[in-house]
Amino acid sequence: MNVDLARIEFAFVTINHFFFVPVTIGLGFLTALLQTAWYRTKQDEYLRLTRFFGTLLVINVAIGVVTGLVQEFQFGMNWGAYSRLVGNVFGAPLAMEGLAAFFLESTFLGLWLFGWDRLPKKVHLLTIWAVALGSVLSGAFIMAANSWMQHPVGYTMVNGKPQLNNIFALFTNPVFVWGYAKVLLAALVTGCMVMLAVSAWQLRHGGDRGVFGRSARLALIVLVPAILFTLLVGDELGVVEGKYQPMKIAAAEAQWTTCQPCSFSLFQIGGGNNDQTPTEIIAIPHLLSLLATNHWNGKVEGMTPLNNQYNQQYGPGNYVPNVFIQYWGMRVMAYLGALTLLISLWGLWAIRRKTLVISRVFLWVATWAAVLPFLMNTAGWFLTESGRQPWIVQGIMLTKNGISPTLSTTWLWISLIAFIVLYGTLGTVDLLLMLKYSRDQLPPPRTPADEDQPVPAVLY
Amino acid sequence: MSSFVPFWYIIITILWTGFFILEGFDFGVGMLHSVVGRDDAGRRAAINTVGPLWDGNEVWLIVAGAAMFAAFPGWYATMFSAYNLALVLLLAALIVRGLAFEYRGKRDAARWRGTWDMLMTVGSVLAPLLIGVALAGLLGGLPINSDQNFTGSFWDLLRPYPLWTGVTLVLLCLLNGAAFLCLKTTDDMRERSWQAARRVAPVTAAFVVGFIIWTHVNAGRAFWLNVIELLAILAVLAAVWLVYDHREGFAFAATAVTIASCIISIFADLYPNVMVSSTNPAYNLTVHNTASGGYTLKVMTVVVVIFLPLVLLYQAWTYYVFRRRISVSDFQAPPTAAVPEPRSAVAPERPGMTPQEESHVRES
Repeated sequence: MNVDLARIEFAFVTINHFFFVPVTIGLGFLTALLQTAWYRTKQDEYLRLTRFFGTLLVINVAIGVVTGLVQEFQFGMNWGAYSRLVGNVFGAPLAMEGLAAFFLESTFLGLWLFGWDRLPKKVHLLTIWAVALGSVLSGAFIMAANSWMQHPVGYTMVNGKPQLNNIFALFTNPVFVWGYAKVLLAALVTGCMVMLAVSAWQLRHGGDRGVFGRSARLALIVLVPAILFTLLVGDELGVVEGKYQPMKIAAAEAQWTTCQPCSFSLFQIGGGNNDQTPTEIIAIPHLLSLLATNHWNGKVEGMTPLNNQYNQQYGPGNYVPNVFIQYWGMRVMAYLGALTLLISLWGLWAIRRKTLVISRVFLWVATWAAVLPFLMNTAGWFLTESGRQPWIVQGIMLTKNGISPTLSTTWLWISLIAFIVLYGTLGTVDLLLMLKYSRDQLPPPRTPADEDQPVPAVLY
Repeated sequence: MSSFVPFWYIIITILWTGFFILEGFDFGVGMLHSVVGRDDAGRRAAINTVGPLWDGNEVWLIVAGAAMFAAFPGWYATMFSAYNLALVLLLAALIVRGLAFEYRGKRDAARWRGTWDMLMTVGSVLAPLLIGVALAGLLGGLPINSDQNFTGSFWDLLRPYPLWTGVTLVLLCLLNGAAFLCLKTTDDMRERSWQAARRVAPVTAAFVVGFIIWTHVNAGRAFWLNVIELLAILAVLAAVWLVYDHREGFAFAATAVTIASCIISIFADLYPNVMVSSTNPAYNLTVHNTASGGYTLKVMTVVVVIFLPLVLLYQAWTYYVFRRRISVSDFQAPPTAAVPEPRSAVAPERPGMTPQEESHVRES
C-alpha cells in the first residue's frame, strides 16, 4: 500500500513537472533564436516575437521551477531507504545540477527579464542564451542520474552499498547518451509545437501575418529535423535499452516467448500480464527484430525466459513490469511521433507553396496538435519508468525496498492529496494564463522615436 | 575517515547560511509588501525590489538540499523522511510564493492581485518558520531508532525550541527585509519601511538572545557562549541601535550578520552530530555514519570549488546591475506583463489616441 501511494505521488509530481520542462528547454532555445535574429537584423518583428514568446516562456518557467523543488525533495521524503543506499552515486549529479545549471538558469532569467534597459544589447542577448544553456545542462545532470537507475555504471559494491568510483562513467553511459539526446530533441519538438500552435491560432484570428508567419516558419523549420531525429534517436535508444534492460523492451512488445525473427505488432487486444496470448493482432514481419536489434533477423528474448533467468540471478519473484503500460506507452509515443512528423512535413509543404499563413485547415490542425508532444512525452516516461519495475535501480534495489521504512500510510495520503489539490489548482491557473497570453495582441511596433531608446524591462 | 567529511559539513553550513542571508530579505519583502505598499503601485514597487533576485536566491535552498543528498545521504534520507509533512507544507509555501511573483501582475483584476498578495505574505512567513523548525530540530532532538529511522509523529516536530527558532528566523527575515526596503525604495515607502524596522527590531533582538541561550543550553558543551553565539547577540544589538540611528546600510549588514551567525551557531553546536536522537544518544546521526564515500566527496569538492565562486561572481554582478533604488512613481501605470510602453518622457503621447486606447495598448 505505502509503496503504491509513494509511487503514485512520485509519478504524479514528475509527470506534471515534465509538462513544463520540455517547454522551458524548447521555447527557451527558440526565444534565444528570435532575440538573436533581432540583434542581427534589427527588424522590429523579431523583437515583438521575442517579447511575445518570452512572456509565455516566463509563465511556464515559473511553474517549472517550483515543481522542480518538489522533485528534489521527493527522494528524501518518501524514498528514504533508496536515498540512503544510492545517495553517494545518485546524489552527485543532482548536486552538480544545482551548482552548475540551476543557478545559471535562475540568475540569468532575472537578468534577462529585468535587464532589458540596464544591460548593453549584446550582454542582454547573452543572458537569454545563458538561460537556455542552464536548462539544457540541467537536463544533462538529471538524465545522468535517471540513466544510472536504468543501467547502473561507475560503481563498486562495498558492504552491499554501491560506491561511486568513476563519475565520468555516468556521463558516458550509453543509456544516458541516447536518453539525453532523446529528451533534448523531444523538448525541442515540444517547444516548436507550442510556438507553431500559438502562431497558427494567431494567424486564424487576425494576428499580424508578417510577424506570426515568421514564428510559424521558424517553428516548422526547426521542427522537421527535430522530430525526425527524435524518431531515429528513439529507435536507437530502444536498441540500447534492449541490451541493458531486455525486460523493458520485451514488455513493450508484449513478447512473452523468445522470437527470431520477430514481427512488430501494430495493434493487439490482450496479451497482458494475465492473458499471455493476444486475441486480435495486426503485425509486420521482421520489424521488431529491426527496431530492437538493428538486424533483419535479430533475436528478442521473451519475458518468460527473462523472468526465469532473473529468478535464478536475483532470487524468486516476479520481474515482469506492467505489460499494458509498456505496450501502449510505446505505441502512443511512436504513433503520435509519426503523426507529428506528417504534420510538420505538411507545414513544410505549405511553406513551399507559400500558403502557410492562409491555409485554414493546416492552421486548425497545427493549433490542436499542441497536445501531441505532451501526450508523447508522458507516454515515453511511462514506458521508461514503468518498464524498469520492479526495480528502482536495475539489478541493485527493488522499488518496494526503496521507501522510507517508518513512513505512515496517513502521511502518504495527506501528501498525495495535498499535491493533487495544489497542482490541480495551480496547473489550471498556469494553463489559463498560457492561453490568455497566447491569444493576446502582439506588442505594438516601436515608433522611430523609440528606436534609439532601450527596450523597457519586464517588471512584475 | 576522509578529511573531506568535515569540509563538506562546512560547505553545507555555508549553503544554508547563504540561503538565509540572500533569501532572508526576500522573505521579509514578501511579508512586508502589503504593509509598506499602500496601494497597488506601492506593492508592485516593493515586489520589484527583489524581482530580479529572488529566483536565484531560492536556488541556494535547492543546492543545500542536493549537497546533503550527495555528501551525507543518510542525513538527507532521515531528515527529509522525518520532516515529510512539514516539507509538504514548506513546498506549498514556496510554490505559491514563487508563483505569486510571476503571476500577480499577469491579470489586471483587484481580486486576482489580492489573492496573490495574500499568498505571497502567507508563503513568505511559513517558509522561514518551517525551515527554522526543521534546522533546530536537528539539534533539539527527534525520536530516531538504531536504524537511523524517524519513529515519531508530526507533533514531535513541533517542540518549543524548534518553534522558538522558527519564530526567531521569521522575525530576522522581517527585519532584514525592512532594512533592505529602506535601502531600495524612496520617499514614503522608505519611511514606512523604517517604521516597520523600528517596530520589529527590539522584538527580534529579544528572540535572538533567547534563541542563542537556548541553543547553547541544548548543545550543553560549555558554560560560556562561544564566539559565533556572542557574535549573533552583538550583531542583533548593533542592528537595533543602527535601525534607531537611521543607518540603513549598516542596519542591513548587521541584520545579515545576525542571520548568518544564528544559522552557523546551530551547525557549529551540532557538529559532529547531524541529527540528535531523543530516543538514545547512541543513535545520533553523525557526519561519520551518514557520509558518502571518499571518491564522491572528492568529485563533489572539485565541482563546488569551481562552481561556487562562479555562482557568487555572477550573483554579485546581478546585485550590481540592479543596485538602483525603486520608486513608486515607476509603477503608477497598470502592470504590463508583455511589453510596457516606452518611457513617456522620451516618446510623448501617441497622437490621435484617447487615454482609453492608450491604456488598452499598455495592457496588451
